[in-house]
Amino acid sequence: MMTHLAEPRHPVPSSAHMAHWIEPHPNGIYVRPADAWIDPSLPQERALVTHGHADHARGGHGHVWATRETLAIMALRYGTASGTAVGYGEEIRMGGVTISYVPAGHVLGSAQILLEHAGERVVVTGDYKRRPDPTCLPFEPVPCDIFVTEATFGLPVFRHPDTGSEMDRLLGALQANPDRCVLVGAYALGKAQRVICELRARGHHEAIYIHGALERMCALYQEFGVDMGELRPATGVVAKEMCEHIVLSPPSALNDRWSRRLPDPITAMASGWMRVRQRARQKNVELPLVISDHADWDELTDTIREVAPTETWITHGCEEALLHWCMTHQIRARALAMAGREDEDEG
Amino acid sequence: MRAFSKLLDGLIYTRSRNGKLALIATYMREAPDPDRGWALAALTGNLDFKSVKASAIGEMIRARTDPVLFEMSRDYVGDLAETVALLWPKNEDQPAEVDDGSLSLSGIIDRLHGVSRAAAPDALAAMMDHLDASGRFALLKLATGGLRVGISARLAKTGFAQAFGLDVDDVEQVWHALSPPYTALFDWAEGRSGRPDPEGTPYFRPFMLAHPLEADSVDLTDYAAEWKWDGIRIQIVGTGSETRLYSRAGDDISGSFPEIAEAFTGHAVLDGELLVRGEVQGGEAASFNALQQRLGRKSVTAKMMSDFPAFVRLYDLLIEGDDDLRALPWSDRRSRLEAYMAQLPTNRFDLSALIEAADFEALADIRAGARDAAIEGVMLKRRDSPYVAGRKAALWYKWKRDPLTADCVMMYAQRGHGKRSSFYSDYTFGCWTEGGELLPVGKAYSGFTDEELKWLDRFVRQNTVNRFGPVREVEKTLVLEVAFDSIHDSKRHKSGLAMRFPRIARIRKDKPASEADTVAGLKRLVS
Repeated sequence: MMTHLAEPRHPVPSSAHMAHWIEPHPNGIYVRPADAWIDPSLPQERALVTHGHADHARGGHGHVWATRETLAIMALRYGTASGTAVGYGEEIRMGGVTISYVPAGHVLGSAQILLEHAGERVVVTGDYKRRPDPTCLPFEPVPCDIFVTEATFGLPVFRHPDTGSEMDRLLGALQANPDRCVLVGAYALGKAQRVICELRARGHHEAIYIHGALERMCALYQEFGVDMGELRPATGVVAKEMCEHIVLSPPSALNDRWSRRLPDPITAMASGWMRVRQRARQKNVELPLVISDHADWDELTDTIREVAPTETWITHGCEEALLHWCMTHQIRARALAMAGREDEDEG
Repeated sequence: MRAFSKLLDGLIYTRSRNGKLALIATYMREAPDPDRGWALAALTGNLDFKSVKASAIGEMIRARTDPVLFEMSRDYVGDLAETVALLWPKNEDQPAEVDDGSLSLSGIIDRLHGVSRAAAPDALAAMMDHLDASGRFALLKLATGGLRVGISARLAKTGFAQAFGLDVDDVEQVWHALSPPYTALFDWAEGRSGRPDPEGTPYFRPFMLAHPLEADSVDLTDYAAEWKWDGIRIQIVGTGSETRLYSRAGDDISGSFPEIAEAFTGHAVLDGELLVRGEVQGGEAASFNALQQRLGRKSVTAKMMSDFPAFVRLYDLLIEGDDDLRALPWSDRRSRLEAYMAQLPTNRFDLSALIEAADFEALADIRAGARDAAIEGVMLKRRDSPYVAGRKAALWYKWKRDPLTADCVMMYAQRGHGKRSSFYSDYTFGCWTEGGELLPVGKAYSGFTDEELKWLDRFVRQNTVNRFGPVREVEKTLVLEVAFDSIHDSKRHKSGLAMRFPRIARIRKDKPASEADTVAGLKRLVS
């Protein structure tokens, strides 16, 4: 068996790991009795997928189990795949493992996967956050023996401010510059729709212009009942029309040729990475908005305390620091070396 | 503190100069006294808290956080002040990530001035608890001096001047008569009192500048010729009791060249070129390359001063004692300057010699034959010209040495900033080694027209073979004719060469890359 387990810096007090029926591999987590993979990065016959981001949901699997929303997102991105929709709270049985999907609060359709087998409960979070998000159900903590958590922002410097204060800065910049537009870089799946909904919730009802790469995902969100008000394509519009408006694009288009068509844009970016000045400056961002779909340091540590597992496994991100924190808080933990996670397209 | 920390953040994230000026101007108009005066002091580098050291920050954070987590965070973030600002764990009873408004900038300044070295960590920590991450960053940057938010003292003063419709040169004139928090300055700017009297203080006078020579010739009976030296233009202002050195931008650079400031004890204002002596040049002026070792330093070591000894080659005498000579013709000022030289130590000051030429043609020959590393070209000064601020037509001309050129091959490209952030506008180019490899010899981001830039941008996008973060490697097919003022040996680059002022002179679409110049060929141009 190939187990790429990163040795924790400080030895775990017990030599025996629990739940031998779960195997972390660089390419995903293998659930042996169910002969199924969670978020595999290579095509597999049977895949359990937590959410639709590309570093978790890949194309080419034989059969996929995921929420209805995640399946729709995967169909949009990779074409039709054979899949079984699993509702939140619904239980499915697979080779002696009881599997259920629990809201993770990350993006539309995102789920933690709860696995029960041989008297042990394992929760794989995928990606998650604890803050309210108008586009998806909130994270539900599930008591378990093994908690497999992400650690994208697993450093104490990452403490996301209140979403409201960030939106106020965005609207403030818009108001203060009547002859410009604010161009917000936001990931095409999740962040873009969340930013739009947060704007609407603050009474911003002007039309919002969107880059072509966001159109289909926004339409899909709307099909699932997420109301985003009036969206207009940013292509084929005279620059002047977009003054005093918010324009959304994927981060890659912020400094690209595409943005030349905009009326003297104020470049903003909505991401947890914006907390660090140098990261924002590297991307030529003038208005960094610290809005993240991942748990920040306090949420990660609070969640581990709240779930109170016997063991915590850390999948990807700044796992070293979170591992250290677990050790110093008498929480048994280990870091898994997972490949291909924390893509640029996240945060 | 909120207004000041917002100002700092704005200055960090805003790229355009005008945007930065507008931010400073708005703050200066809106912030209360004496906060804005202290902010002006901070932005111009005039704040220093003797008893607060960087070690106080380390001590403070170690008392509050897990040292391992702190080190991991610091490795990730880089900057100490920012790391501490971001991970600062507040006391439970303090509102999280909120600036509670209880601290004013001036309150913080008073506290930092009054604190002892031993009490500094606790005093800082107590203030940190009342601030949000931006405020904590601003506090730590203030406390340890050196805001490093990408603006010069001159830019801060320009922003201040803009706020109240003043001329920045007027602000410069009175500046050294004042001290933080500049109450008299704000009183004057807002019309509550008259202009502060700068008499007796070593204040900056705006430089006289030259136009590039475009005419085919000038009459040497009207114009005097002297060498244009390739150092940095500097103004020496002495009151008899104090001497300051100013750069062309009006920044006080006395701290970088203390040996010059100490050597000048007179009561006068002089204009000259700051140079360093080079061994290779037999103790004569070395190339700009050598001078660069001394630039941008707040303080300087004894070794730097002995390795790169500085001196000033004098061009002009603006004021002698109480006599303002600026309205006099150049020829009169020149005589006064020549006479003045006698009282200056010769190891630190010499006179910029005039070039004696029978006529313009003879001058052109002399210019063409000049091979001195420190010569940038020739200056032509109207013999009757007064010393006036800025560039005035027909008074002074600069006639630079013809640039050198080389045909190089584009190797890498990077995006520019601001308006150019969507264009690949910074190009690294190389020349051939004997082994048939391309070695980078320089980087240029100017010289082309807007149309050419569009073409170059398209070329980069269509010929990318590799990406390294923001850098694109391109197919080695495009020849660029690069113009540069001079070329020097450099240890910093693999090719061993560094160009001065490289710019794209022409795009040689007609020339195959294999016919571009060689590194060996470039080495022969080293001055």
